[in-house]
Amino acid sequence: MNQESIGEKLLAKFGPDVIRTAVTFRDQVAVTVAKERILDVCKFLKEDPELAFNFLSFVAGVDRYPETPRFEVVYQLYSLKRNHRFRIKALVEESEPGSAVIDSVASIWPTANWHERETAEMFGMTFRNHPDPRKLLLPEDWTCHPLRKDFPLYGTDEDTPDLRSKAGSQGI
Amino acid sequence: MPEEADLRDISRSEIIELNLGPHHPSTHGVFRAVVELDGEMVVDVVPHLGYLHRGYEKTCENKHYHQVIPLAERCDYMGASSNSLCYCLTLEKMLDVEVPERAQVIRVIMAELSRIFSHLFWLGTHGHDVGAMTPLFYMLREREEIMNLFELTAGGRLMPNYMRIGGLIRDLEEGFVERLQSFTEHFDRRVDEYETLLTKNAIYMDRTKGIGVLPLEEAIALGASGPMIRGSGLAWDIRKSEPYSGYEQYQFDVPVETGCDVYSRYLVRVAEMRQSNRILKQAIDRLPEGPIRAASPGVVFPPQEEIYTKMESLIHHFMLVVEGLKPLVGEYYQTIESARGEMGCYLVSDGGSKPYRLKWRAPAFVNLETLARMSRGYFFADLIAILSSIDIVLAEVDR
Repeated sequence: MNQESIGEKLLAKFGPDVIRTAVTFRDQVAVTVAKERILDVCKFLKEDPELAFNFLSFVAGVDRYPETPRFEVVYQLYSLKRNHRFRIKALVEESEPGSAVIDSVASIWPTANWHERETAEMFGMTFRNHPDPRKLLLPEDWTCHPLRKDFPLYGTDEDTPDLRSKAGSQGI
Repeated sequence: MPEEADLRDISRSEIIELNLGPHHPSTHGVFRAVVELDGEMVVDVVPHLGYLHRGYEKTCENKHYHQVIPLAERCDYMGASSNSLCYCLTLEKMLDVEVPERAQVIRVIMAELSRIFSHLFWLGTHGHDVGAMTPLFYMLREREEIMNLFELTAGGRLMPNYMRIGGLIRDLEEGFVERLQSFTEHFDRRVDEYETLLTKNAIYMDRTKGIGVLPLEEAIALGASGPMIRGSGLAWDIRKSEPYSGYEQYQFDVPVETGCDVYSRYLVRVAEMRQSNRILKQAIDRLPEGPIRAASPGVVFPPQEEIYTKMESLIHHFMLVVEGLKPLVGEYYQTIESARGEMGCYLVSDGGSKPYRLKWRAPAFVNLETLARMSRGYFFADLIAILSSIDIVLAEVDR
């Protein structure tokens, strides 16, 4: 199936309340879905015989700071049966620290486990019902989220207070 | 009065935690795992990553588009040209740039040499991990030959940094094609030699057959790709399913094995080296004359001689260096088949001269997720064989 007809199929199934926008760039379409229904949409994408998206390439985050909603969670899908790709997104807002929450899709594609752990620590999001919500690449004691746009690339201890050298832990 | 427990039963039920790595020859870098053992049997493996995390994606967000190319090559340093190829293809799609025929063929040559390069080193170290010392020395001989070829193209031996957005940095050095030809002519015989060392070797087969079984369904669920999924019986190769750089014009087979074990992955990689050599031979035959970079002023660097002779080219060059190129607002995901599987670059542009977001889909990172599933229920010594059958490059896993 081509990109447009996948988007249309989604729209026909879930309606404009869930399937909000579709942006086409070159030959790829990215569809934004309501984050409350992300599990339903993903389940449909995987189980519908015509779509059959059985392979999840990655889950990633994008920080649109200072826009609201602040975060995008991107799901890049592939169907090994039908040889087509598709990308869906959900917008996640952070009104107060720690309030950026979205359902984990690890129950649908187990490979999402590590991708979501990485996204969670890099952007400070929470994936609800994640089977293993530990940090993956960053040290346990870091409370900062490096891939956020307001996290400086370099700076002094004052710019990155979370990374300040502490007694008994390795500082930067 | 309670009976005294049998000492053997107590020792049997005790689960011990053993730390593996981060500095250990069999982890091929700085990989650490906590292994839960019941006697010698692996109960569970919990990988701890991040010892080599350099903040690659964050760094890319703060560089001009052209400056990302050498960074990308440092992700998977075993197949460096695959990385830069993937990155350049993404940008060419975003910018709508057509790469000239000659550059495409040379890119295929570089990508296939990288694949052989990576598989050779994997084969050597994998043999070493299961106790076969000899293969490594043979592998390094051919690997040296490929490094000399890389050195001829752009100077770098491990990371040639040869790809550019829109083509290549420079044309092939004189004598490159002849040396490549002599390499392709004797390489098939060399692969035969490697196979005499391992393929029917009773010790090697004992160590690898039926070890680390990964059924196809779980391989798909866990996102495995490349030789991992082809060793589990699925003929999926992005060069065939979504061709790029003109791969649809080459004749080659996709090796598949159905054993789902370490041995199958070995057979797939060995067969892949032969297929890559086949592609190399065809690429030499069809290498056309012509430009090695697209002519897209303002996006692709103009040829060096024009910079010194033409005012417009000088201006374009200057603006590209100082301001960088600016793709339209949009996002694109491009994949290639690297030595390890689906390598992908997801790029978001906000119209500026730096990537707004760059997500690197590293195949080794995703393939490593299968380690725990594959190792449960096998001996600790098998864990080393299983880990090396994934073919991880830690620089790519941690990024």
